[in-house]
Amino acid sequence: MPGADGTTSASRNGRKDTQGLTVRSFANHVKPTWCPGCGDFGVLTALKQALVQLEIWPHEAAVISGIGCGSKIVDYMRINGFMTLHGRPLAVATGVKLANPSLHVIVVNGDGDGYGIGGNHFMHTARRNPDITHIVENNQIYALTKGQYSPTSDRGFKTSTSPDGAAELPVNPLLLALACGATFVARGFAGEPKHLASLIAAGIRHKGYALIDVLQPCVTFNKVNTYEWYAERIYRVDEETGYDPADFDAAWRMAQQWGDRIPVGIIYQREGIPSYEEFVPALKEGPVVHQPFAKVDEAVFERLKLEYT
Amino acid sequence: MTDLSITIGGDAGQGVESSGSTFSLASLRSGWNVFSIQDYRSRIRGGHNFYQIRVASREIRSHSDPVHLLLALTKESIDIHLANLAPGAGILHDDSLRPDEEAARAHGAHFFPMPFTEIATRHGNRVMTNTAAVGAGAGLLGLSLDALKSVIAERFSAKGDKVVESNLAVAEEAYNLALKRYQGTFQHSLNGRVPPRSERRSRTPGPMLISGNEAFALGAALGGCRFVSAYPMTPATTIFEWLVKREKQLGIVTKHAEDEIAAICMAIGAGYAGARALVPTSGGGFSLMVEALGMAGMVEVPVVIAEVQRGGPSTGLPTRTEQGDLLFALHASQGEFPRIVLAPGTHEEYFEAGWRAFNLAEKYQCPVIVLADQFLAASLSTIAWEALSFQSVRRDRGQLLTGQELDAFDNGEYRRFKLTPTGISPRALPGHPKAVYTVVTDEHDEEGHITEAIDNRVAQMDKRMRKLEEARKEMRGPKRYGPKDAELTLICWGSLAGPAVESLPLLEAQGVRANVLHFSDIWPFPVQEAEKALQAVKRAVAVEQNYTGQFARLLRMCTGFSVSRIIRKFDGRPFSPQQIATACLEEVAQHARS
Repeated sequence: MPGADGTTSASRNGRKDTQGLTVRSFANHVKPTWCPGCGDFGVLTALKQALVQLEIWPHEAAVISGIGCGSKIVDYMRINGFMTLHGRPLAVATGVKLANPSLHVIVVNGDGDGYGIGGNHFMHTARRNPDITHIVENNQIYALTKGQYSPTSDRGFKTSTSPDGAAELPVNPLLLALACGATFVARGFAGEPKHLASLIAAGIRHKGYALIDVLQPCVTFNKVNTYEWYAERIYRVDEETGYDPADFDAAWRMAQQWGDRIPVGIIYQREGIPSYEEFVPALKEGPVVHQPFAKVDEAVFERLKLEYT
Repeated sequence: MTDLSITIGGDAGQGVESSGSTFSLASLRSGWNVFSIQDYRSRIRGGHNFYQIRVASREIRSHSDPVHLLLALTKESIDIHLANLAPGAGILHDDSLRPDEEAARAHGAHFFPMPFTEIATRHGNRVMTNTAAVGAGAGLLGLSLDALKSVIAERFSAKGDKVVESNLAVAEEAYNLALKRYQGTFQHSLNGRVPPRSERRSRTPGPMLISGNEAFALGAALGGCRFVSAYPMTPATTIFEWLVKREKQLGIVTKHAEDEIAAICMAIGAGYAGARALVPTSGGGFSLMVEALGMAGMVEVPVVIAEVQRGGPSTGLPTRTEQGDLLFALHASQGEFPRIVLAPGTHEEYFEAGWRAFNLAEKYQCPVIVLADQFLAASLSTIAWEALSFQSVRRDRGQLLTGQELDAFDNGEYRRFKLTPTGISPRALPGHPKAVYTVVTDEHDEEGHITEAIDNRVAQMDKRMRKLEEARKEMRGPKRYGPKDAELTLICWGSLAGPAVESLPLLEAQGVRANVLHFSDIWPFPVQEAEKALQAVKRAVAVEQNYTGQFARLLRMCTGFSVSRIIRKFDGRPFSPQQIATACLEEVAQHARS
């Protein structure tokens, strides 16, 4: 992707070898344990396609996930992967990015992980704006624990922990991200991996925090929000005449649409905002993991000691 | 032998802290050995605060009771500290205060009223009242006026020449007036006594006066710390602030996180990426970090946690000291995984832990907890210039594969969790095409993939726990202070090294031959070295700054050795050598009766 921002340090430093890079470069021998028809397959396919589109090799990206069905994605692909704790991948990813900004850091987690237990990190990462792409597999249910309502379940949604229907309003992740200052907010659908791949690629190219909320049917536990349910409702914002994702007010209105019509695509993007790493003095000389191991020499040390005499 | 204690007492907001540190440094520069502690409350303004400064001719490792000179900024500070004054003690106070002279005479103390406010307002303003008090205290005690002025000039230099000059004038006038009025009356004056070193007029290398947290941060920076993430929490915050202040100079990424969970997760992310990462916190923050501690253990990512204890439980005594988190640190997080726990006893050991913890974390690819406390963190100690030595620092990254080694790697798929005799698997950092791997917090195979297979589970658990046995080989046994053949041994750990060792001459003076066994390497417990040291022990007491005698329990668990008595303190105030000696004498007396 010559000329585009957000490309790898390797491509910035010269021509990079992309000979032979295909989705198969990201394949490993592990057979996914996802249910047949799970929306997570679409996310896995889309993520691999996006990386190929951007000419990013497996060793140049780090995928940090949480805990949940979808977070197992790192076990099912050849990539620098780190499956962390429930709710914490954004925080771990921030550490990875700040120590080694030359890695493309991508977070994948679910709606419970990202918007429930990890809600605080979501809010603060959005306003912090590190160059991290955040893919949330939003199936509106806790699937790995076998079907309890999630922060994005619609009101009235019946599960084992909401037998009379969920009483709480669902989180609107797009509005929340916008309110917190996110510079890239998109929504995709696991049933359309090609379009999803383009959103993920746009998110990775975007310099700063990029949220891609993915409508991802759970075929086993969510009998309401099915492929058919979504297929009947979604439409692409880029096919709407005159929709400008750079217009915050328009995005704010668009993000509120839910129900009969559900928009997908890039809802909001603001370019030209410095990412968090640009404010970190220690990164001016490049990633700290690439800098000489010990920066404090004897002269610096003796000067520091003098402060105490 | 000179050994005097000075207390500066006043309300929060009156500049007790800055007065205390100025007085401490002026004492150091006058050639004396100094040890200072701060006592304050969890509030910004109001309430009594004090600073206790000990000035001595020999090396000192603790504060001491009683107090010989009180600089009272409020009447309340006189009431509070009267009981801890030595016979013949002086009380310097503003002449507007009307202290209870009867009570003071009963304690054998003398009042020395001074026009602090008048001197301050004449040369500057009321805010400089504490400078007047410090000047008078320095004069009466007999510190060098030049030393005091050099400290004041540096402390106020950022505020401009006018502020510096006013403060110097205030200090000098108060210094001379106190001398003139009261020199003959104050019996603890240093005048005529020779300090162990000559007075220093410039900042040429000499002994340092440094707080524990500063020494630790210095050690961490020297050890190659390149990432620190934290959520502010007393008494650990000063470590973070020290590193943030110097982030440009030292090339350290610093991140003030949204909460403690984020702080440790960021550090683990940075550690995974290859940076030496540190998380300073206190017990409450550490409680939040517990799940992530287990993650670091499971995915074998190095990370260093500085757990600076304060009084618990819960919010407890936020600005005070305690050693209540020992067993918590050893057991925090579900399941079993290797961890290393260090509890430095002195400022020098705390400095060393700053770099040594990173070596251990990278060598054994596991979390390392440095267990300090408010007393060690915030006290100022005099240490020799050579004691913090660049040459002493080792930087050992353990089995970290270099780029060249990975380039040459031609052995199929890289196995991050390869089974090895030591349990330590050669570590590659993410970013190399020949070492693309996944780590997961589920049980995993050698390549890092999730599996619940029985054989693999057993093999990986064995592998991880083998690292602990490997690490145990380099854990240090207890350090003995005092004579080998003692009738009483004081067993302690962490910050109590100073007060315990300082109690030995007090016991000796009472005819009790005692020594100290101090443990600083806590986990994996140095069983063999401990057993060897315990063989020579005739009778032992544990001295701990907690309720339940946690170290005594650990010692018994690991060695079967039981102490005769646990000398405990859990009021948040640090043990003084006198308090320890008194408790030991009770034990000796009781033993003699039985």
